[in-house]
Amino acid sequence: MKINNKFKLQIKSVPDNVAFARVTAAAFASQLDFTLNELEEIKVALSEAVTNSIVHGYENNDNNYIELAVSLTEAGMEMCVEDNGKGIEDISQAMEPAYSTDPERMGLGFVFMQSFMDNFKVESEKNKGVKVVMFKKVSSVDGKPEH
Amino acid sequence: MQWKISVEENILVVRLAGELDLGSADTLRTEMDDALDSSQLRHIILNLADVTYIDSTGLGVMLGRYKKVSKYGGKMALVNPQPQVKKILELSGLTSIIEEYSDESEAFAQIG
Repeated sequence: MKINNKFKLQIKSVPDNVAFARVTAAAFASQLDFTLNELEEIKVALSEAVTNSIVHGYENNDNNYIELAVSLTEAGMEMCVEDNGKGIEDISQAMEPAYSTDPERMGLGFVFMQSFMDNFKVESEKNKGVKVVMFKKVSSVDGKPEH
Repeated sequence: MQWKISVEENILVVRLAGELDLGSADTLRTEMDDALDSSQLRHIILNLADVTYIDSTGLGVMLGRYKKVSKYGGKMALVNPQPQVKKILELSGLTSIIEEYSDESEAFAQIG
């Protein structure tokens, strides 16, 4: 699929950058015909990925970096969030609803990413960081009337 | 995110505005816990009418405070979430354990 537009961003692993990342991605996404509801879903999914990198990958150490790469195609938007943190040893366990290593967290980060995105993939190994790749389809593409 | 914490009719009332995520969760959690720990309050009303965004971190703050007051027989009420916030609350299952009301007076009447 041809990439029509793309940006890459490197952000420090500070909590305030969760909002910065989601607002930036949503503004970029508005170049396609996403509905407001879809833009909200994109914001939540991206925030969850960046939050995971900060809280779990870097264990709240704010002296690290997260790479964000977002591409637009005719079909939709791909978001890639990558960190160099401690990684996930057991991805399938981490993806289980309500699984969390922290009692103050609900373990819903991956659940929201999966629910709100059309494609979702996690790559990780212990001590080798995490790479999350998500794709959101523009729903209006399917329903577009033929001319 | 901004919030105002007050005590009304022996209930901790927290009125939130803006986006509740990792950037504000720690401070909100600490302020709510301080208010609960320094008082005999057992009930919480969280007014979400002006909250425009929430994710799993914000839900975690709510769940944590709910567990805290529940231990002592307290209740928590959520007031008037906007549609995009309500969707997240419902998807998380939180609204099946924490009651939601359309306005504050109803919440006061039910949990006070």
